[in-house]
Amino acid sequence: MPKRYYEDFTPGQTIEFGPRLVTREEILAFAAQYDPQPMHLDEEAGRNSMLGGLGASGWHTSSIMMRMICDSFMLDSSSMGAGGVDEVKWLKPVRPGDKLTLKTTIGEKRRSRSRPEMGIVQLQYELFNQHGDCVMFMTVPTMFGVREPGQAS
Amino acid sequence: MMKFYEDLTIGERFQLGTHSFTADDIKLFAGQYDPQRFHVDEDAGRASHFGGLVASGWHTGSIWMRKLVDYNKARIEEALARGERIPILGPSPGFRDMKWHKPVFAGDTITYAIDVVGKRESRSRPRFGIVETMAIADNQHGVRVMSFVSTTFVEKRGAAEE
Repeated sequence: MPKRYYEDFTPGQTIEFGPRLVTREEILAFAAQYDPQPMHLDEEAGRNSMLGGLGASGWHTSSIMMRMICDSFMLDSSSMGAGGVDEVKWLKPVRPGDKLTLKTTIGEKRRSRSRPEMGIVQLQYELFNQHGDCVMFMTVPTMFGVREPGQAS
Repeated sequence: MMKFYEDLTIGERFQLGTHSFTADDIKLFAGQYDPQRFHVDEDAGRASHFGGLVASGWHTGSIWMRKLVDYNKARIEEALARGERIPILGPSPGFRDMKWHKPVFAGDTITYAIDVVGKRESRSRPRFGIVETMAIADNQHGVRVMSFVSTTFVEKRGAAEE
């Protein structure tokens, strides 16, 4: 049985996870496959771009963040996925050698009216580098199974 | 999207092409970045509320990015062959209102596009304008599976001619 069900998310609580090292190899590999723009593939092209140096694709940063979310608590939960993402901000470039930490803040929650087995929890995620700069932010209304579907919220 | 700021019209759509999602691709991406059970295991997918193995929403989004990059590269080559200058695009600061409307199942073929939905001047970077776009992904049944709204810095023709 998963550790966290809908009932176990308490608004206002935070969950910390990390650090997670980002390597040059994975930045290049992700960019080659999904976002082959010069500033994600080449040091000099990065320096000449608004990134000011080689930086990870925002989609890579997002995917790394998703993996950290999985390892932090999502895999050991009754997650039913998410219908989308309210807002994503890529605030600073992620560089080779960065060590990222994840802070999850639990926001408002509500039971689904149409699906009694499910509830929706607003989760806010902040990703920080080793300098304490927030590099990425997002808010995701996430669906979780309830432990006791018969019980009212 | 490889046009100068002045040349982009609200309502304009750019077709980015299609991508077929195989079970192996779905599991490979998810194994690395989103290993929730319904993204990495067929049986777990069938047993879930999705009813089958489904792609991570980040996978669907990352492929959209790849389709856009490939589209832009082809337009750049065409412009260079004509001896034309191409606009500089800035990095995206993010996006909003991403909706994974319906699951992407193994075997689905997704058609990607980008619509111009708004444009405005940039106060911080006067060489650029800010273009608001909506990313679109539809499956082979014509059902929308993903959309999101983002903003991009696009160079002005006027700035290029200075």
